[in-house]
Amino acid sequence: MSPKISLANLSFTYPDGVAALKNITLDIPANEIFVIFGPSRSGKSTLLRVLNRLSDLVEGAQHQGAVTFNNQNIFERDVNVTDLRRRISMVFAIPTPLPGSIRDNLTYGLRMAGIRDVQTLEERVMRSLKQAALWDEVKDRLDASAFALSGGQKQRLCLARSLALEPDVILLDNPTSGLDPLSTAMVEDSLYELKRRYTIIMVPHSTQQAARVADNAAFLLDGELVEVGKKSQLFMRPKNKRTEDYITGRFG
Amino acid sequence: MSRQKTNQLMIALITTIAIIVVIPVILVILFMFYNGLSALNWEFLTTAPYNGLRQGGIMPALLGTVYLTFATAIVSFPLAIAAAIYLAEYARDNRLTRAVRLAIVNLAGIPSIVYGLFGLGAFVLFMGFGTSIIAGALTLGILTLPVVISTAEEAILAVPQEFRTVSLSLGATRWQTIRYQVLPQALPGIITGIILGLGRAAGETAPILFTVAAVYLPELPKSIFDQSMALPYHLYVIATQVPGMPLSVQYGTALVLLLLVLSLTLVATIIRTNIRRHRQW
Amino acid sequence: MEQTAPFIGSRPAAEQRHWGEWIIEKLIQVAGLSTIVIIGLIFFFLLREGLPAFFEVPLRTLLGGRWYPIENLFGLWPLLVGSLLVTAGAILIAVPLGLITAIYMGEIAPRWQREILKPLIEMLAGIPSIVLGFLGWVVLAPLIQQAGASTGLTAFTGSIILAYMSLPTIISSSEDALSAVPTEYRDGALAIGATQWQTIWRVVVPAARSGIVIAIMLGIGRAIGETMAVLMVTGNAANVPALGLGMFFQPVRTMTATIAAEMGEVANGSVHYHTLFAIGILLFVITFAINSLAGRLVGTQGKRRRSSQL
Repeated sequence: MSPKISLANLSFTYPDGVAALKNITLDIPANEIFVIFGPSRSGKSTLLRVLNRLSDLVEGAQHQGAVTFNNQNIFERDVNVTDLRRRISMVFAIPTPLPGSIRDNLTYGLRMAGIRDVQTLEERVMRSLKQAALWDEVKDRLDASAFALSGGQKQRLCLARSLALEPDVILLDNPTSGLDPLSTAMVEDSLYELKRRYTIIMVPHSTQQAARVADNAAFLLDGELVEVGKKSQLFMRPKNKRTEDYITGRFG
Repeated sequence: MSRQKTNQLMIALITTIAIIVVIPVILVILFMFYNGLSALNWEFLTTAPYNGLRQGGIMPALLGTVYLTFATAIVSFPLAIAAAIYLAEYARDNRLTRAVRLAIVNLAGIPSIVYGLFGLGAFVLFMGFGTSIIAGALTLGILTLPVVISTAEEAILAVPQEFRTVSLSLGATRWQTIRYQVLPQALPGIITGIILGLGRAAGETAPILFTVAAVYLPELPKSIFDQSMALPYHLYVIATQVPGMPLSVQYGTALVLLLLVLSLTLVATIIRTNIRRHRQW
Repeated sequence: MEQTAPFIGSRPAAEQRHWGEWIIEKLIQVAGLSTIVIIGLIFFFLLREGLPAFFEVPLRTLLGGRWYPIENLFGLWPLLVGSLLVTAGAILIAVPLGLITAIYMGEIAPRWQREILKPLIEMLAGIPSIVLGFLGWVVLAPLIQQAGASTGLTAFTGSIILAYMSLPTIISSSEDALSAVPTEYRDGALAIGATQWQTIWRVVVPAARSGIVIAIMLGIGRAIGETMAVLMVTGNAANVPALGLGMFFQPVRTMTATIAAEMGEVANGSVHYHTLFAIGILLFVITFAINSLAGRLVGTQGKRRRSSQL
């Protein structure tokens, strides 16, 4: 099967000259959890942001190379960036509900895409909440403020908000950073369920989490792709010395 | 004298001077109330002056200022808010943007009488509006631009960046993000700016001297192309140009103007305090 | 696997929105740039109506000391001196008072006092100049006359009123300057045993020096352009007073007051009319220079947006 997303010689440089990604070539297969891990400031978050061109928001940043998604280079001029972001949807490290009700949050992306049909919206609200394992907790208060939810609930709301768009790919930037173990487990559990429908690319909270949830994983260090491989291989028998050192906790 | 003594003395001195600076503000306002309140009554507000302005009320001047302020609002605010959105959301840090900011700083610094000259040259004569509400509203509209732009820009910048990022990440366009996330959250702050601008417009005299103001008009203006009386100019006229003007009427007129302008400032302050208190983020 | 459509926006609705947004964004940009156009237009119309004066009135007359429009004498010197005199007086009063008030508010006053002082200063900024002019006219001028001046309508009367009107500007800019001084400076000074006064006087004020200069400049800009209050209380005599402290206690006539008082009575297109616009040019240039310089010192680059957590 052809990869869902392919990176070819991708480099990304911030306006201050910091090269966050250096010449990365990588294939991400469909319908699995692909984990990108490495020490902090190794370029993981930047990589996620490039994939749906949220990196465009960084004024003066430069990129080289190509990212191919569904056989199309996302940097081409005629690419509709808003459509791209609906297809490749991002969940951030800090759960950030938008001001408004739970329902408002879930329907926001759809409404912005021009979908007004109440029945469609309601259907998506329910389905996405169920997929994110939040339905039972909030079904009676969909019109309550999203700010009133707990931290773990907020993060699952943000996940549901992305799912409501029915994207192809979900980008998760350390989605369990602020969560307690129970909430973390709930989010992780929903991921196993979700990968049947979606391609999930995730920056994990820890190497342990990476080893837990990944199907395939890529190890990033100082903006370079050090090693990529199946979970069983990468975390048990890393080929590269630096990968081994990182996994065994010798640095990072 | 010991260092501690000097310290105590100087701190006391600074405190005293600060109090001396601020007390007159309260005194001025109390003084205006004390002298003006006796002239204030329903008749004063609702009748036209007569007998060479010496008797009667201030109705045409008061209404004229209200008209003029509203007309100013219509001229100024769409432009000012669009400019604020431009500066806060679209402008890159380049020479053009710096030129825009310099222009706004300077617009804020141009003397109000120079605005009056500009209004006379541009709107009254060149555009041929004559001395009219529209000429005055255009002049005052431009005069209020900088204060509204600055306040609105601050309100827009105060909306946390996170909401923009999230909105864009959900496939909203830049304008949708501004329209549905930024502006609703910045609205109270923008309204504060608008009200401050209105207060400024209502109290100005110099810009309307040659563009709108009439010493005395028996009738209210019928259209925006008519002249109008205005409260600040009326105060100037009755204080300096009308011999034998009863002092109580002068104080009364000044008090009405003061109340009008200060109540606008007060409303703006209240909205601003409320925003801080009710902010969810 | 279900084949997904390419994501190039091809739906008509998306296209329409695209065009609608393109227009809105262009309008917003035009609005932003219009501020430059407006200031250009202001200068243009001042030049259009005012430049002829420089051809119609001999330069020697313009630079001369006699402003008698009836005799076709348009000497700007007394008006300039009048404006400078009133402004200088106002600044001499307002800068120390404003700076000290700012120091009090920023360095000494407890929070609750600041919460009272700030709205009061804003309120002062909100009082229309005509109202303060009126008070100067009916209250202050008679007081000054009682104090022994030959008339109450003097440059000094104008300076007091103007000082009060420039105080909010000076206080708020000085406050900005003082609050920009890093807390470490204060802590460092206090830590080596300096008293609070020594810290303020030797450390905080010198560190805020450039900001205080800006405050003074903005105060000057505010004072020199003020019209109505000055028109009412300075007596409007176009004399060049003899040098000395006494010059503050004579009636003077400022540039702004001259325009306000005479424009209503001149014929459009007359020499007098052109000369009043020429005074407008002078005022525009002076305030433009002051504000541009102050703006440059403040740093005209945009306020930094709060950094995002995401």
